Amino acid sequence: MAEKLQILIYGYGNPGRQDDGLGNHFVEKVKAWAEEKGLSNLSFDSNYQLNIEDAAEISDKDIVIFVDASIEDIESFELEEITPDAKVEFSMHAVSASYVVHLCRDIYQKSPKSFLLHVKGYEWEFMEGMTAKALKNFEKAFGYIKPMLLNPQKLLDY
Amino acid sequence: MGQKITIEPVTRVEGHGKVTIHLDDKGNVRQTRLHIVEFRGFERFVQGRPYWEAPVLVQRLCGICPVSHHLAAAKALDVIVGAGTGDGLTPTGEKMRRLMHYGQMFQSHALHFFHLASPDLLFGVDGDPLIRNVIGVALKHKDLAVQGVMMRKFGQEIIKATAGKKIHGTGAIPGGINKHLSIEERDSFLKGADPMNIDKMISWAQDAVDFFKAYHKENKDFIDGFAAFPSSHLSLVRKDGAMDLYHGVLRAIDADGKKILNDVDYQNYDDYIDEEVKNWSYMKFPYLLELGKENGWYRVGPLARCNTADFIPTPLAQKEFEIFKNYTNGKPNNMSMHMHWARLIETLHAAEMMQELLNDPDLLKDDLVIKGTKVKRGVGLIEAPRGTLFHHYEINDNDQIEMANLIVSTTNNNEPMNRAVNSVAKEYMNGQKEITEGMRNAVEVAIRAYDPCLSCATHALGQMPLEITLFDVHNNMIDKKRS
Repeated sequence: MAEKLQILIYGYGNPGRQDDGLGNHFVEKVKAWAEEKGLSNLSFDSNYQLNIEDAAEISDKDIVIFVDASIEDIESFELEEITPDAKVEFSMHAVSASYVVHLCRDIYQKSPKSFLLHVKGYEWEFMEGMTAKALKNFEKAFGYIKPMLLNPQKLLDY
Repeated sequence: MGQKITIEPVTRVEGHGKVTIHLDDKGNVRQTRLHIVEFRGFERFVQGRPYWEAPVLVQRLCGICPVSHHLAAAKALDVIVGAGTGDGLTPTGEKMRRLMHYGQMFQSHALHFFHLASPDLLFGVDGDPLIRNVIGVALKHKDLAVQGVMMRKFGQEIIKATAGKKIHGTGAIPGGINKHLSIEERDSFLKGADPMNIDKMISWAQDAVDFFKAYHKENKDFIDGFAAFPSSHLSLVRKDGAMDLYHGVLRAIDADGKKILNDVDYQNYDDYIDEEVKNWSYMKFPYLLELGKENGWYRVGPLARCNTADFIPTPLAQKEFEIFKNYTNGKPNNMSMHMHWARLIETLHAAEMMQELLNDPDLLKDDLVIKGTKVKRGVGLIEAPRGTLFHHYEINDNDQIEMANLIVSTTNNNEPMNRAVNSVAKEYMNGQKEITEGMRNAVEVAIRAYDPCLSCATHALGQMPLEITLFDVHNNMIDKKRS
């Protein structure tokens, strides 16, 4: 039963740096919405960045959606399926979502279907609160993801 | 005409960095520099903010070690609210903070060893970069990879229980703490299902020290000789000379063990330490005033702490500390790669400290905060995972922060990291015309031993620009690229 699939939504970023808090904001809002809808198969987490212990956290999930702010040249948001990747990045006190998925597969032999939802941000200074443009992008992303959370088969088929 | 080779990026190091190696006409290394683009400006950002916000605000600085900034700021504000200089809090206030801190130390050191250092050790400096990471460790040494993951997770759970939450924790407040531990939380750490309990964490921490010692036995030349150079060392120590990662007096020794700073009160740190600005680096160079700019640089971090402390006040770590000290006949250890050894001894110490604290009934009590007569200046020091972290605040009559000065651990290690790079570059690069992967990684291994972290805390996708600047032999910039 697709609606019983265990789904983790994991937002990351620094909410003290304006639009870098988009991932955390997303989790807060979806959590409130899921409680209202009684979606008990959804769980949530937030952090400044991803790290190796997140491989353990995702290991017992069926579907994982990582949510992060993006400065890339995208319209407003993008949802992409994650391909496991062991690539070493410049910044390795934190790791990428694809690295977490790869590590999970290697040490727990589990491969939850994993996505990265990146939402476009614009400002990154030492300030609380996101820009109006970033919040609009969040609303669009939220609207896009809701039907998928109500019917997780759509995520499996993505 | 001299040549210049630029290596970048420095993988597995936070922030932006590049290494430049200047060769002379004969192809030998003439000069090396580690340039790191450190985000400055935070001190100005907090100016005008109410002082009590600082312990939360400073966590915006860095998503890697926010707990260290949180606690250093809280310690400075303890002074401002008249709650003493680190040892005047209620027992619950101080012990909850200590538990938070040792949880942070444990998870940070575990990450460094299992995630950053062990690939270099297991696969060698010239190992295939595609497997020289924790994925490679996972494939060949699954037990180590699993231990690294679970030790990180345990430390993170300790932080969550003491700081209140993972992001922008609010646990430490001026004069104390805002929560005590619940019986359920305590029991989950003491008696949690295998492996998530403190006994297993101590056992794994001991295994990690044993792993390093066995590796050292087989690779003495590399571990002892790689990037070794004499230096002074600085850290906090407890008043009786014990290692204390949360609070103490400031001690500095030279390369032979002679005391330069003899257990001084860190409230007056600026009587002993200053920072030099160099035109080629955004990161300052701290130095001991007594020795001057040229010779006053020092190392901080695990190696420095094991050199400055007289003993470690937990039994298993003390046993390992004695082996560590005996290796250099009680003299300061100046071998950069022994930083890993010292870090693992501290990991074991942190695990033992967490066990001791979790068994302390004071953690369950609700006498959380103490306050006294307010003053306008406060300094908070803490031994962060990467070394001594300084927070200094001054407030005005409206309780607003008027001045802030932070010296972060990695800044303290600026000159030592440059020396380490220079040492390795001379060994690996002299007479070479191109940079092989092994040579490049040798430079990075030397830097990684210090576990530098310069995170600007913004990590949004694609947000990791690297700058390449080229100068000719006359120091004229001839090219500049930003990735």
